[in-house]
Amino acid sequence: MIVLFYIAAVVAVIATIAVILQTNIVHALLYMVVSLLAIAVIFYVLGAPFAAVLEAIVYAGAIMVLFLFVIMMLNLGQHTRNEEKSWLTPRGWIGPSILSGILLAQLLSVMADLDQDIIPKQVGVMEVSALLFGPYVLAVELASILLLAGLVAAYHLAKPK
Amino acid sequence: MSSIPIEHGLVLSAILFAIGLIGVLTRRNIVFVLMSLEIMLNASGLAFIVAASRWGHAEGQVMFLMILTLAAAEVAVGLGLIIQMFRQFKTIDINVLSEMKG
Repeated sequence: MIVLFYIAAVVAVIATIAVILQTNIVHALLYMVVSLLAIAVIFYVLGAPFAAVLEAIVYAGAIMVLFLFVIMMLNLGQHTRNEEKSWLTPRGWIGPSILSGILLAQLLSVMADLDQDIIPKQVGVMEVSALLFGPYVLAVELASILLLAGLVAAYHLAKPK
Repeated sequence: MSSIPIEHGLVLSAILFAIGLIGVLTRRNIVFVLMSLEIMLNASGLAFIVAASRWGHAEGQVMFLMILTLAAAEVAVGLGLIIQMFRQFKTIDINVLSEMKG
């Protein structure tokens, strides 16, 4: 099980790097799905099967399909891919990469002296739903209102004039 | 060997977050920017699950659910904005938006 964690971690990092380096949006989307599924495997290994299932269904299933629908609606052609290639110049990405690298190094140095081990223990649907419909029921209601607001806003924004 | 050091999980989440940040800062295509934002949100969710897994709590999964909801709502609004932007400017280059003065 532990080996699965490291394999999935490597897959996730490689697929995520591939997402931001792609020029073709649909290929990037497929790499993103691979990355999300790898993270779902990590969730499962860490003992969160409910989160793993939701990651696969909601993220890799619903949200990515939403992206795909919009890309199909926009109907971008080869012309955009060439434009995209000309935008990805070293001058454009070296600066941000160095800054993000510094941020990453800082995060890593903060985490370096943590000395805790995870011993994965299954925390199933029952524990999570007992919390969701117990102390966090207000958060669930607010989340539903947030989703409703998102729905109304998306309908309003995408409406043709 | 049946335990994972917590650093490894958190380091993975930090790496994914940094990659997402590079994507947001570098790409000029707004669809990629939105996708990189998704990567960053997902990385923070991973950090929650890793931390919850250390203590064997279910609260981390609850927070992950909240992040999932937030991501879904954000993507719906963001994609609506992209469609509207493509209608008005016929491009998905975010630099065009700097001409939107006043």
